[in-house]
This record gives sequence, C-alpha cells and structure tokens, in this order.
Amino acid sequence: MNQQTAVRTTTYREAVREALCEALRRDERVFLMGEDVGHYGGCYAVSKGMLTEFGPERIRDTPLCESGFVGVGIGAALGGMRPIVEVMTVNFSLLALDQIVNNAATLLHMSGGQFNVPLVIRMATGAGKQLAAQHAHSFEGWYAHIPGIRVLSPATLEDARGMLWTALEDPDPVLIFENNTLYNMEGILADDAGPVEIDHARVRRPGRDITLITYSASLFKSLDAAEIVVKDGIEVEVIDLRTLRPLDDATYIASIAKTHRVLIVDEGWRSGGLSAEISARITEQAFYDLDLPVERLCTAEVPIPYAGHMEEAALPQVDKIVAIIRRMMDHG
Amino acid sequence: MTTLDKKHATRLLRQMLLIRRFEEKSAEMYSATKIRGFLHLYIGEEAVAVGVMATLTPEDAVVATYREHGQALARGMSADSIMAEMFGKKEGCCLGRGGSMHLFDAATRFYGGNAIVAGGLPLAVGLALADAMQGRKRVTCCFFGDGAVAEGDFHESMNLASLWRLPVLFLCENNLYAMGTALRYTQANQDIAAKGASYNMASAVVDGMDVIAVEEAANIAVTHIRSGQGPYLLECRTYRFRPHSMFDTEQYRTKAEVEEWKQRDPIELLADQLTGAGLFSEEERQTLEQDVAVEVEDSVAFAEAGTWEAVEDLTRFVYSERRKA
Repeated sequence: MNQQTAVRTTTYREAVREALCEALRRDERVFLMGEDVGHYGGCYAVSKGMLTEFGPERIRDTPLCESGFVGVGIGAALGGMRPIVEVMTVNFSLLALDQIVNNAATLLHMSGGQFNVPLVIRMATGAGKQLAAQHAHSFEGWYAHIPGIRVLSPATLEDARGMLWTALEDPDPVLIFENNTLYNMEGILADDAGPVEIDHARVRRPGRDITLITYSASLFKSLDAAEIVVKDGIEVEVIDLRTLRPLDDATYIASIAKTHRVLIVDEGWRSGGLSAEISARITEQAFYDLDLPVERLCTAEVPIPYAGHMEEAALPQVDKIVAIIRRMMDHG
Repeated sequence: MTTLDKKHATRLLRQMLLIRRFEEKSAEMYSATKIRGFLHLYIGEEAVAVGVMATLTPEDAVVATYREHGQALARGMSADSIMAEMFGKKEGCCLGRGGSMHLFDAATRFYGGNAIVAGGLPLAVGLALADAMQGRKRVTCCFFGDGAVAEGDFHESMNLASLWRLPVLFLCENNLYAMGTALRYTQANQDIAAKGASYNMASAVVDGMDVIAVEEAANIAVTHIRSGQGPYLLECRTYRFRPHSMFDTEQYRTKAEVEEWKQRDPIELLADQLTGAGLFSEEERQTLEQDVAVEVEDSVAFAEAGTWEAVEDLTRFVYSERRKA
C-alpha cells in the first residue's frame, strides 16, 4: 500500500456489506435473497440497513426453503439476473445440495454449453462460537470436490470486500464461504478497496523454513503461530489459498521448492478432505522437494461439540500448530 | 367445446402423431442399441404437451422432466437434433452430453430435461422471477409428474411462486404412477389440483387425453397468468401406455387397466372428433402419417450420419469459455 492511500479501521462484516451495497448500486440485475436478509437485517447482521436503501424486491426475504430459493437463484441467473443467494450456514446448505450439485454445477456441461449459471451463493461456515453440530461444520472442502462451481474463502478484509464483485462477473456459479468467527474481526482497509482477483493463492507471510498452507479463519491462527516460532529462529511461509476450487497449485509448490517442509492447516475433517487433496498434489508435483512427509492439522473427526473446551479441542489451534512446526524443524 | 378449427386441429394432430411415431422409432433404436442409458416414453400422454404448448409464445420458457421428448418436439425443437442427442452425437441439441433425459435448447427457451424429480420447479420459479424483475411479460411453463408432488421442491416452489405472484404455469402430468408406485400409495390427498388452495393459487383439473380440452384449460391458465394474477396449477389426468422406462416389467398395473386407457388414445380421440365433424378424411390421415414417417426416418438418418464429439473436448463447458482471465 503506498503512502497516499487513505485507510480506515473497519470489520469483516462491514467489508462484506460494503461489497454487497456496491454490487447492488453498480448493477441493477444484482439482488440479495435469503432467509432473514431483509427485515431482520441478516442472521449475522451483514445486510443490516440494506432493505431501507434497496427495497424488498432487491433485498428479498425468503421462506425457510433452502432448496427452493437456491433453485430460484439458479433460474433467475438463467433468466438474466445476477442473484446473490445467502444461505444462513453451511449446514443448512445441505438442504440445497441437490440444486447446487445437480443443477448449478451441471447445467452448462449437460446442455452442451448453452446455459451458464451466473449465480453467487454466500454462506457462513466454521466453528468457534459454541453453535454445536448443526451450525458449525466446514463443508467448503466438500464443495471444492465438484466440477462446475468455483469455491472462494475470503479470510482478509480485502478479500471480504473484493471477492464478491469478481464472483458476480464470473459467468459460472461461485460459492463464497465466510467464516462466522471473522465477522467481528477488525482491521485496516483502504478507502478505495475494491474488486480483487480470485484465481491465485497469496503468500501472507514470507519465510524460508517451512510452508504453512491454510485458508479462512485458520489463516490467523497460522500467522499467530508463525509469530511465536520466529523467536526460535524459525521462518514460516504462510499461504492463504483464498480459492479452494480451482486450487492454485503453483503458489504452494513454488513455496515448497524453497522451504522443503509443509504443514496444511484445515478446519475441515481430515478423511477425504481438502487437506488430503492438497497433500496428494504435493506428492504428485513436489515429492522430491520434500525433506519430510507432508503434515496435516485438521479438525478432529467428530461432530462439532457444544461445550467450549471440547469445541476448542476439536479445532486447529495456535499451540497445536506451534508444536507441529517445532517437531518438524527438530526432525531436520 | 369450441368449434374445431380444421387447420389448427390438424396441426395438433400432426404434432401428436410426430411424437408417437418418433417415440416408437426411439424404442426401436433402443433395442438396436443405438440409444442407450434410460429412455422414458411419453406415448399416451401426447395431448398434454401438444395442448399446452399451443398456448405459449416463443418468448415464454419451458422447463420439463426426464420424459420430455414430447415437450421438446411440441415446443419446436427438431426431431433431428433430439434423435442425434439420443444417439450421443455431436449434432444433438446438447452435443450428446445430455441424452434422452436432458434435452436443452436456448433457441426455443427449453430449459431441460431435468432428471431429479421436482428439481426443475425452483428453476421455473427463478426464470419467472427474472422476468418479473425485468418487467418482461412472459410465462414459464413447468412440466412435472404426479411423483413430484411428494417432493419438498414442489411445495417450496408453489409457495414461492404464489407469495411473489410470479408468472409460472405449474403443469402436473398426473399419469397415476410415480415410476411404479400408484398415487394411492403415496398421497394422503390424491386430488393434486386441490393442493393449489394451500398456496392460495388458482388451479384446475382437465382430461389430459383430450388435446382440445387441454388447450382450452391451458389457455385459461395462461390468460390468468399473463393478466398478472399470479401462478396457476393445472393438473392433466393422463396415462402412459408404455412402461416407465425400458427396464420396467409393469408388475404394478394390470393389462386390462392399460387397455382401458388405450381406448381413450389422445390421437384417436382427436382424429375421431375431426372425422365426426366431417373435417378429416382417411386420405388426409394417411398423408399426415406419411409426412410424419418421413420426418422420423430423416431424424434417424441425420443421427446415423452424425459425428462423435472429440474426446479432447471432454472438459469443455465445465466452466464458461468466455470468463475473464
């Protein structure tokens, strides 16, 4: 950021709201639809106040029918609109899985290229607020399994502010996962912050000793861990995937060529998850660059428990990341 | 009943005949293994697609199910492109990507070909929402079977369309069986049209074997929708003469029942009406038959002569090619 750029302190929630408002102002085809987005102001207060500015046609409250209103979003996209569908949490999106997988993701290919679906679906994801096992899972890795959709995971304020417009310009369905623990996160954002590219991972902290691949809320735990081990003389390179499908292999493969060690931190489950996919790609593309086996830190394979200490124990945490980094460095 | 208009009625008859002969040929091509996968025939139900489609304009949209050859033909898609699609050829309407269950055509606003029962209903509501928000006076007609009425998407879509007063024609083809399970085993209330009332939606039921009656009922429905009074549920009572798919041994219904329904064959019903009114001769019937036979034979020749999409193109259209880099 150059010195002329004016900045302000804001939150992730405000950044998402700014992005939504900008999109609705810029393109009259854009509208927001979902449960409690209007009169309530959004389950996570993201769309608070938007009903007043844009009216009930464009800030459209829906009944509780995820499959129905996600399918309506697909149809509206086919009909020339640019819908942003908000699903309250990722667990609820399972009620719309048929529409997302069997329609949104397949229509273009199945129709021989005739019908693309320019739809954006946003949803809250992740644990950490004691919301237990039906509100706190991380299924973004699951969605990343599916050809035909693009999966975004904004962690920073810049990405929360900037990914939405780029997603709306995409001719195909884009899913945006917002970790619910990030909404209150404060930070600095440029006054002129705007759209960002959605094709590449980013190195959020450069380092020479070990590559740490992560995304979403785990990014900040990883950065905190990196800050701790720097006192041991360990320089961690932290990579924020940003886009989970398609994965930007080049960025982390290049990093591994430098560090020769890699730890993946993923709030999803380990078995068959995103971390498994990334590990396989590293094996395929950078096996001979590795000094040590790939390591993974994932959420424990349990439904997310309610009790705070149990939930904390289930999730990747800074102390666990630090311990793994130290162990890996000890082994050479 | 209104007076039969010879030109119009003959056109309806020709469309029903085309569907009938096209599908008979499709079954033959299936046995010859030219068509593979699932093949669901519409034979017996032709009056529904033909009668309804006659009330729509080219600007309207159609969403259909996996039993949609009839709708596609009646909507104006070419027999060539449909047969080639079922042969899996590049010249098919979807390059051979979709097959029998997934016919799509942007030119006629034909949005599938949806093989998830009731999966097309929310799409239809969305298409109608897009029209409403953009101030376009169009109707979206969504075909579905009696089986779809048990799905959540049916109820969610009915509610949304009525809540937002969207221009959707919900067109239920009630052929009495959800695959092989009779309606009486699956519905607490077998009166499908009555379900409109739950959603404050106008509805009606019509004899789906009588193409003229279907057209009249659909006209009332479409007029209601176009006048801005919201969506409409039209139940067409019909019957499928053939098995559910090519793998169905029809243990769930008697031959006598099938024969009884065949006495009300929609094609013969209309032909009899025309003949009875002195508007149609045996020669004219033969001319229609020959005309349709040529179109069907041509479609097979077209499909046979078609080419296979290059394997190198396998991953084309997973994502749009016009995306900005």
